[in-house]
Amino acid sequence: MTPLAALDYYEPWWAQLAKSVVIFAVVLQMVPLVLMMERKLLGRMQARYGPNRVGPFGMVQPVADILKLLSKEQSRPHSSVGPLYALAPAISILTAVAALAIIPFGPVVDIFGTDVGLYGIDVDIGILYLFAFGAIAFYGLVLGGWASGSKYSFLGAMRAAAQLISYEVAMGLSLVGVIFTAGTLSLVEIVEAQKGMWYVVPQFVGFGIFLIAGFAETNRTPFDLPEADAELVQGYMTEYGAGRFALYYFAEYMNMIVISAIASTLFLGGWLLPFGIDPPGWVDPIVVLAKIFFFLFLFIWIRATLPRLRYDQLMSFGWKVLLPLATVNALVTAIVVVST
Amino acid sequence: MPVAGTDRPDEELLTINMGPHHPATHGVLRLMVKLEGEVVRDCKPIIGYVHTGIEKTAEDKAYWKVIPVVERMDYLAYYFNAQTFCMAVEQLLGLEVPKRAQYLRVIHLELNRIASHLVWLGTSALDLGAISMFWYCFREREKVMDLFEQSSGQRMHTRYIQVGGVFEDVPAGWADKVRAFTREMPRRVDQYAALLDRNEIVLRRLRNVAVVDEQTLLGLGVTGPLLRAAGNPWDLRKAAPYSSYEDFDFKVPVGTVGDNYDRFKVRMYEMYESVKIVEQALEGLPEGPFITEDRKVALPPRHELGTSMEALIHHFKLVTEGFRVPPGEAYAPIESPRGELGAWVRSDGSAKPARVHMRDPSFVNLQALPYMAKDGYVADLIATLAMLDPILGGIDR
Repeated sequence: MTPLAALDYYEPWWAQLAKSVVIFAVVLQMVPLVLMMERKLLGRMQARYGPNRVGPFGMVQPVADILKLLSKEQSRPHSSVGPLYALAPAISILTAVAALAIIPFGPVVDIFGTDVGLYGIDVDIGILYLFAFGAIAFYGLVLGGWASGSKYSFLGAMRAAAQLISYEVAMGLSLVGVIFTAGTLSLVEIVEAQKGMWYVVPQFVGFGIFLIAGFAETNRTPFDLPEADAELVQGYMTEYGAGRFALYYFAEYMNMIVISAIASTLFLGGWLLPFGIDPPGWVDPIVVLAKIFFFLFLFIWIRATLPRLRYDQLMSFGWKVLLPLATVNALVTAIVVVST
Repeated sequence: MPVAGTDRPDEELLTINMGPHHPATHGVLRLMVKLEGEVVRDCKPIIGYVHTGIEKTAEDKAYWKVIPVVERMDYLAYYFNAQTFCMAVEQLLGLEVPKRAQYLRVIHLELNRIASHLVWLGTSALDLGAISMFWYCFREREKVMDLFEQSSGQRMHTRYIQVGGVFEDVPAGWADKVRAFTREMPRRVDQYAALLDRNEIVLRRLRNVAVVDEQTLLGLGVTGPLLRAAGNPWDLRKAAPYSSYEDFDFKVPVGTVGDNYDRFKVRMYEMYESVKIVEQALEGLPEGPFITEDRKVALPPRHELGTSMEALIHHFKLVTEGFRVPPGEAYAPIESPRGELGAWVRSDGSAKPARVHMRDPSFVNLQALPYMAKDGYVADLIATLAMLDPILGGIDR
C-alpha cells in the first residue's frame, strides 16, 4: 500500500502533533481577525467607522459576537429533522478545517535539529484532497437547508447545491493548467516549481477562473445566492441560531481563508518572494499569511462593490462562460507543455 | 386547478409567504408568492399591517392640526403630504398663497423629492446586493435632513407647510447651504451612476425585467416614475402646474421600454431635474410675506399681539378653535416622488374636516406588482418591488 503522504525525511510524532495544533490554532485565530477586518474595511468603504465600541478600536467585537452566539439557547423549528439539523453545520466546519491540512506555509526547515515541513501534510494528490473535501462541504449546506424544514432554507439549499456543483467543475478545470505546468499534484512541489515565475503570469486565465469560481464556492458576493438576504432572508441558514449559526459563519470565513491560501499557493508562489529574494525560513509563513490577507482584502473589496447575480445568470455564467474558458485554457496549456 | 400558462397542477407550486417582516419588502408588506422552482407564477400583496387610521384621526382635529398627522402617512414624502392637504384646504378657503411661500414650498418639495429618491436608490441597491450604495445615499440624504432641520427645526415630519403659506421664513445663510448642496448633488448622482449604471451585473439584473406596457399601467391607475418609465410623460408639475411650477424650466424624464432599468434611470434623472428646480427657485425667490396676510387663517405676527386687540382675538380663536372652512369639497393632486398624491377634503363648515381622503400613489402603484412580477424570477420580484418604491405607511394610512 502506498502511503497517503510521501515523506522523504523522518518526522517524529510530536512534530506532527505540534504542527497540526499550531496550524489549527493560527488559522482559527485568523477568523475573528478576518471578521474584524471585513467589518472595519466595509465600514471605511461605506463612509462610516465600523465597530469601535468593544475594546481598543473595537477589536474585541468579534469575540463579543461569538460569545454572545455561543451563550444563546439552541432552538430549532418543529418541522426540522433533529439529528441532521445539528450535524449539518458540523460538516461545514469540518471540511473547512480539513482543507487547511495541505496548505504549505513553507518548505522543510530545521527546528531544533529536526526536519519539519511547514505544512500539515504533503499529500501526493493535494488538489484532489482539496476537491474531495469541497464536495463534502456541500452536504453541510444542503443538509442544513433541507433539515431546517423551512421553505426559505430549502430554496437556499437547492441554490447552494446547484451553484457549488456547477462552479466546482470550472474550478477543477481551471487548475488543470497549473497541474500540467508543474507536473505534480502536491502543493509543496507546485510551489517549488514556481521558482522563477509565479503561475499567475502564464496561467492568468486559470487564475481568473479560479478566483471567480472561488467566490462562488465560498458563497461570497456577487455569488452569495444561497444566502441572498434580499429574497431568501439567509438562505440555508435562515433557521439556524446560537452556536450552530456561529459554526456556519465560522465555516464561511474559514472557507474564504482556505480559498485564499490555495490561490496564493497555486498562483502567487506560496512562500516564494519575487525577484529572487530568499529570506530565512521563519519568514515563509509570514509571506504566505500576507498573500492570504491580500486575497481576503479582495473578497471584502468586491463585497462592498458588486451587486448580486440572478440565479439563472449565475448558472449560465458558470456553464457557458467559465467552463468553456477553463477547458480551452487546459487544452492550450497541454499543447504548450507538450510542444516545449 | 391548473396554473395559468402551464399544464402543471396548482399543488406542484411552492407557496411561500414573504413578510410582513422580511428584509426586502420595504416595510410591513406581505406577499403570498407561488413559485415554480425559482419562477414566480403568482404574487398577491396583502396590506394593512401598519394601518394607523390617520384619515379618521384627521376628522377629529382642527385643520391646522391635521397637517402633522397626514405628514406621517408617506413618511418619506412628508412635505408632499402637507402640501396636498394644504392645497385642498386653500382651495376650499379660496385663499391666495404668497409667491414667496410658493417658491419656498417648491424648494422644500424638491429637496424632499431628492431625499425620497435617495432612500429609494439606497434600499433598491441593497436589494440587488450592492450594499455600499445604501450608505452613500444616506450620506447625501443626511445633508437634506440638515437643511430641513435648519429651515423648520425638524428632520422629518417638519410641519413646515401651513395653510396659506409656510411656517417660517428660511433663516439667514440657509440659501447658501442649499446652493452648496445643489452644487454637490449632481456630482454625487454621477458617482452613483458610475457605480451602478455601468456595472454589467446591474444592467443584466434590470434590463428587460418586469416590462409592463403603458396601457396596462394606465388601466391600473399607475402614475409617477413607473408610468413615465413606460413612455408616458405624465407629470402633474407640467400637466397641471401648482405652486408656481410653471415658472421653472425642467424636463420630465421618460423611459422607452418600461422595464426596471427605465424605472431606475427615470428616478436618477429626476434627481438632476429636482436640483435644477431648487437652483432656479432660490435664484428667483421673490421678496414678500411667507404666509398669507389673512388673519382669519394665519397667526398674526408676534409683535402685533402686544399692541393690537384684534390680533390677540385672532390669535386666541386660531389657537383654540382653529379657522372655519366654508362647506364644500376639494381635491388637490400633486406630483409626489411616487406619483399622483391627492388630498380630498370635505368640509361641513366647522373647524374640523368632515372627511379627509388621500389618494396615495404607493397604494395604487402596488396593484401593478403582480403584473410586473409574474413569470419572472423570485430575485426579480424583489428588484421589481424595490423599483416600485412602495411606502407602506402611505399604503395603509
